[in-house]
Amino acid sequence: MNTFSKADKNTLLFVIIITMLAPFILNPFPEGSAMAQFNAGYPDLMQRFAIFGILAVGFNILFGLTGYLSFGHAAFLGVGSYSAVWMFKLLSMNIIPALILSVIIAGIFALVIGFISLRRSGIYFSILTLAFAQMSFSLAYSVLTPITNGETGLQITLNDPRILDGGTGAGNLPVTGLFGLEMRNTFTLDLGAWAFQFNVGYYICAIFLILAFYLSMRIFRSPFGLMLRAIKTNQTRLNYTGLNSRPYTLAAFVISGMYAGLAGGLMAAMDPLAGAERMQWTASGEIVLMTILGGAGTLLGPVLGAGFIKYFENIFSKINDNVLHTWFSILPDGLENAIVWVLHFFVGKGWHLTLGMLFMLVVIFLPGGLMEGADRIRARFGRNKGKGEDTPNATNPAE
Amino acid sequence: MGILEVQNVNKSFGGLKALQNVNLNIEEGTIHAIIGPNGAGKSTLLNCFVGKLVPDTGTVMFNGQSLLGIKPHEINQTGVSRVFQTPEIFTDLSVMENVLIPCFAKRDGAFKMNALNRVRNEVDIQEKAEQMLIDVNMIDKRDMIASSMSRGDKRRLEMAMCLAQDPKLLLLDEPTAGMARADTNNTIDLLSEIQDRRHITMAVIEHDMHVVFSLAQKISVLAQGTVIVEDLPENIKGHPKVQEAYLGGAH
Repeated sequence: MNTFSKADKNTLLFVIIITMLAPFILNPFPEGSAMAQFNAGYPDLMQRFAIFGILAVGFNILFGLTGYLSFGHAAFLGVGSYSAVWMFKLLSMNIIPALILSVIIAGIFALVIGFISLRRSGIYFSILTLAFAQMSFSLAYSVLTPITNGETGLQITLNDPRILDGGTGAGNLPVTGLFGLEMRNTFTLDLGAWAFQFNVGYYICAIFLILAFYLSMRIFRSPFGLMLRAIKTNQTRLNYTGLNSRPYTLAAFVISGMYAGLAGGLMAAMDPLAGAERMQWTASGEIVLMTILGGAGTLLGPVLGAGFIKYFENIFSKINDNVLHTWFSILPDGLENAIVWVLHFFVGKGWHLTLGMLFMLVVIFLPGGLMEGADRIRARFGRNKGKGEDTPNATNPAE
Repeated sequence: MGILEVQNVNKSFGGLKALQNVNLNIEEGTIHAIIGPNGAGKSTLLNCFVGKLVPDTGTVMFNGQSLLGIKPHEINQTGVSRVFQTPEIFTDLSVMENVLIPCFAKRDGAFKMNALNRVRNEVDIQEKAEQMLIDVNMIDKRDMIASSMSRGDKRRLEMAMCLAQDPKLLLLDEPTAGMARADTNNTIDLLSEIQDRRHITMAVIEHDMHVVFSLAQKISVLAQGTVIVEDLPENIKGHPKVQEAYLGGAH
């Protein structure tokens, strides 16, 4: 049986190729060149691309399909991280039990928060989820210090029991791994002026991203996914079709919460510490931005959006005034200073400004996010082989 | 015994008595029209059948089961479908997807949407949905986004969605409102054909007397919240009470 349409298969293949070859793709500039700082092919950042990709894919199942805008998804991320770190402390440095616990605990949290929040829709739902997330943040920061270690954040220590691993050796903090394969292991391939880094942690994250993406694709193409899209459009009709929308919305909420839990767990697996700031509302807002920037309701959009935002956050923020001066050093001094003074606001600490403007442009001119931009480009270059989506609309028979 | 039995239904909104002691009996397999001037309580009555409103007093029995106090989706599961005055369809989805949803929902009478199957693998459901679209003559529009269609098409789509559920009772709230005469005639043909072929019981609220007298096998006239006459169509036309209710304003 044909599982997916050809377009879907290509999308999945595209994701697999991109994630597997990311160390090459994200490292286009030779070491030591002026452009080298635009390289994003280092393990830490690539891991973040994959992790936030998972987060955004999960968020999209809720927001993109049902239209319920959760403003508290960072809470599940944080819960996932705390659960994973506790697993590292108590059981073993193996990431598998940690990730399993992250997903389960985040799922339970999502069930409770979703059960209450989904009694309302629209802005009230958003406010309720926001309130829950802020509550989790505050609790983690203060009252729940025994569990979360408050301001300092939860870390692994030498005195942790770690039942399965036994005692730790030689006074070094143990590292996370997958049955002995350490997450931090990196193999560097020197190829001429280039140095490509292949990191175990990244590939673990990438495999989870592919699995997460495949699962979301299955949900999108299932009757359940069809129903979720129907929830977004018209709940009255659903009710008069004999379907109760609430359990389905709750299921979508829990699934997307579990995705966030997995992302949180992976974060802790890459770097075993968890802080309350991971749950703050700005973190929740970032997830929303990623999804909208990439294109809510599309399969690939959220992953793109996540990559975009993380790239800006990590690369643009590193360009400081000194870097700018070296770039424009060939210009006369006065002009150089003037240009640097202007650009100063857009790079380095001002990267938020650039991102904000980009976001505004996308929302105004490409309401469907970056994916809409990609579709338009494809249409312009005539590669749109009539998917049967645009053409029938042209012959609108409304007299 | 009627498939839908309404007894002594009262409903007031604040001081306004919208329905007063309404009694109605819809026979299985017939098309029953409910007519009356604006504000007579027709839509209120229909809302009481589908769980949107709960009557203050009285009983609504469908196939011997009370419909009062159960939720709209549960009422639908017993076999009552409704076509709304303004079409309630999934405007963001394609025509085909619109019809697929009731087909999936109705499958095995389970009213569950599965996350493990894939829509494109469900050949029998696809075929059923296609057949529904052929029945309402919309198969050529299967890939259109529902919101981009004309009002008449939306209404036909909604009818297809309701019929896809094989309802025992189909409630139609002004199915031809705002339609051109040709579309109206098409709808009349469609409804009578469905009735001939599948013997679905229908309750139709309608203002257009042409539609009413083309379709109905029985007519109830509602005025100021009460049923003033319930009779066969031929007896309704010249009935003095009906003339009075319409203040001589209609046919």
